[in-house]
Parts: sequence; C-alpha cells; structure tokens
Amino acid sequence: MTLIDLANPTRFLALTARVLPWLAAATVILLAIGLYQSAYAPDDYQQGATVKIMFIHVPNAWLSMFVWGVMSIASLGTLVWRHPLADVAAKAAAPIGASFTFLALLTGSLWGRPMWGTYWEWDARLTSVLILFLMYLGLMALWRAVDDPSRAARAAAVLTLVGAINLPIIKFSVDWWNTLHQPASVMRMGGSTLDKSFLIPLLVMAIAFTLLFVTLHLAAMRNEILRRRVRSLQMMQASRVAFSSELGTGSHQENASKGAA
Amino acid sequence: MTALSALILRDIRIALRVGGGALIGVLFFLTVVVLMPFAVGPDLALLSRLGPAILWLGALLASLLTLDRLFMADHEDGSLDLITMGRMPLELACAAKALAHWLAAGLPLIVATPLLGLLLNLDMVATGAVALTLLAGTPALTFTGMIGAALAVTLHRGGLLMAVLVLPLSIPVLIFGVAASQAVIVGPMTFGAPFSILCALSLVSFVIGPFAAAASLRHGLD
Repeated sequence: MTLIDLANPTRFLALTARVLPWLAAATVILLAIGLYQSAYAPDDYQQGATVKIMFIHVPNAWLSMFVWGVMSIASLGTLVWRHPLADVAAKAAAPIGASFTFLALLTGSLWGRPMWGTYWEWDARLTSVLILFLMYLGLMALWRAVDDPSRAARAAAVLTLVGAINLPIIKFSVDWWNTLHQPASVMRMGGSTLDKSFLIPLLVMAIAFTLLFVTLHLAAMRNEILRRRVRSLQMMQASRVAFSSELGTGSHQENASKGAA
Repeated sequence: MTALSALILRDIRIALRVGGGALIGVLFFLTVVVLMPFAVGPDLALLSRLGPAILWLGALLASLLTLDRLFMADHEDGSLDLITMGRMPLELACAAKALAHWLAAGLPLIVATPLLGLLLNLDMVATGAVALTLLAGTPALTFTGMIGAALAVTLHRGGLLMAVLVLPLSIPVLIFGVAASQAVIVGPMTFGAPFSILCALSLVSFVIGPFAAAASLRHGLD
C-alpha cells in the first residue's frame, strides 16, 4: 500500500472507514491516561497548581506548528506530484490547525494572568504564534473566497509554502524584537530540564493530541471528499435541469412554429 | 538581456503615464502621514517619537496598495499571456516586473520621505535613517507583495483578501526597519545589526518572490 494507491478517493474512504474507529479509541484512551496523570502530577514549588495548564498548553502549541508542516507537505503534493488528495488534506488541516493555535493562545493567556500578571504581552513567542494564527485565518479565507477547488488549491499551496519559509523568519525577528516567554525546556541541547513527574504526562498528552489531530484530520478529509461529491452531483443535476428545460422550450417553439405554419 | 531591459523600461513607462497610477502611491503615503496627527493629536514631541513607525506604516500600506495592479493590467490586455509564453524564464520576467514596479512606485516614496519627516518633526539624522532603511526595506515589500499580486490575478480577486494574506509576511521587514531607524534616534542598539538583517530580508525576498509568483502564475493561469 503506497501513497499513490490512496489517489483513488473510494479506496481512501474505505481505508479510513476501517482505521478511524481504532484511531478514535486510541485517542480517547491516551487522552484519559494523560489527563489522569496530569491531574495527579505534583504542584510546582513556584507556580502551584497553575502548572497543570502546561499539559494542555504545550501540546496545543506543538501541534499548531506541526499542522503547518503537514499542510506544507500536502502543498508540495499538490504542486509537485499533483496528488489528488493532497489539496483535500491541506484544506482539511487548516481549520484544525487554526483551532490548535487558538487554544494555545487562549491557554497561554490564562496561564499568563497568574504568572506574569497579564493576559497579553507583546512578547516574541506570543506574537509569532498570533501571526501564525492570522496566517491560518488568511488561508481559510483564501479557500472560502474561490469557488473552484482546484484553482484555490494551487493558490493556497503556494501561499502555504511561502508561509513555511517565512514562519522561522518571523519567529527569529520577533525573538530579536522583544521577549518574555521562557526558552525551550523540553527539546533542547543537553536533555530536558523538566522533572520526570512532569515530563511523562506531558509526553503522553503530546502523543494523545497528535493522535487527536490525525483522527480529526482523516475525518475532515472524508467530509471534504463527500462534500465535493455532493457538489459535483448537484452541478450535474443542475446542468441536466437546465438542459431539459432548454429542450422543452425548443420543442415548444417548434410546436408553435408548426402551429403557425 | 535586451528583452529584460525592454520589459523593465516598458513597465516603468506604463506606470508613469496617464492611467499608470504609480504616483498615486506617494499621494496616499502623504495622506496617511497627514492623518496621523489628527489621530494622536498635534503633539510634536510625541510625533517625533512615533515618526519612524508612522513613516514605515505609511510606506508599507502605500506599496501594498499599488501592488494590486502589478499583473492585473497586463492580464486584462493579454500581454501577461505573451510574457508567460515568451522565451524569457517566467521567474526572470516576474523579477523584472517587480523591479520596474519598485523603481516607479517605491523610489518616489523614499524621495518623499524627507518632506514627510519635516511634517513629523524628525531631525536630519532621523529622516536620513528612515530614508535609508526604506531604501533597503521597500524592495522586500515589493518582492513579497508580488506573490500576493500573482495570486490576485490567478484568482480574479484582489483587494482586502490579498492584504490579509500578504501583510503577515511583511512583519519582519517592519520590525527591522523600525528597529534600525529607532536605533539611530534613541536606541542603545547599534544601527548596523538590524540594518544588515533588513538587507538580508530584501535579498531573501529577491529569491523567494519571483519563484513563488512564477509558480502561482504558471499553475493558475489557463
């Protein structure tokens, strides 16, 4: 089973119909374990119980960038390999990525209020995630602005790839500009600075959120394929109605001319 | 090479003639800057502190609004199809069009900067710094905005959508442009570091812009 076999939407629908329940079950189980572990993780000596926001906040923030990566690969699929499902994947991922980004901003802001004393600060990390959110919204607006899906797909693919190049630039430029957010503490040179009692629940939650994304993404792709089928059926029906009414008026005129003769 | 220079000359000539609309950008720039004192109050000290930011925002919006027509006019009269089918690589043609657009619409903004700096109570050094950063930064705005212009012509839809798509991409240019000008006026920072990053952003956009614009034209026109 290679990627090219999935080019057939029917085969893709059949495969995902079999895989999705298992994925959903795995997501639910891992989320339950992760939430249980995070609820029973010890309080931080400085931050108290608010540290538990981290178990929601950090996976959301990771996924906000991961989803743009998935969309970039899908865009390469659209532009380079012309894979028929690539633009479906890119389109379905955008709203999910936007939601993860929004949740990262929201939980970060709720965490910032007790810790930094403010809901919002024009800090480097916050600002670059906000710009990422704006770019997601722009992409969704682009998808909605054009009614021909294949035309919209190519435009969105170019924009996604340009965004993928530009996101690191934005990130470093705002890093230079102003900063308050703590530096990376899990994935960094010389190992994690996080204690095991925090690290394990965090990793479980990260895997659970990734599975959640995969599940939602596959389901959204199914919906998109079905939506396109409905659209083409509706258009066929509309053209059939238009065609038959044209025939009807034609024969009517013919009868009229016959009557006149 | 002759085809390249012919394309640049043609674009500049069209932009400067009646109906070209390159100089409207300067008028828009002037209007935005004049609006600012009405919004923040005619406080000269405050205006001179905000001056570089106002000038940069005005230049950003002016260059964005004039970019809308970069490919649209050529698409309407069919010459864009000739350019796409011609022997010159489309990437090179896009770069030539963007360069011509910058010469016709971007340079006048920089020439107008000293006058506008006078209105905002900026001294000679500050005005010079803003003009220099604009000279280094506006090419980046033109070349990244060109991607939006190419998308606009393939989607038959410009205006607000393109602004929403392109403005987030221009944030780094804005940050380093304003940072370099502020460094001269108040800053503890040196002028050199943000200014060289601004130049680097322009150079990067020379590479990315033409390729992305050519890709979206090639895939989008039919």
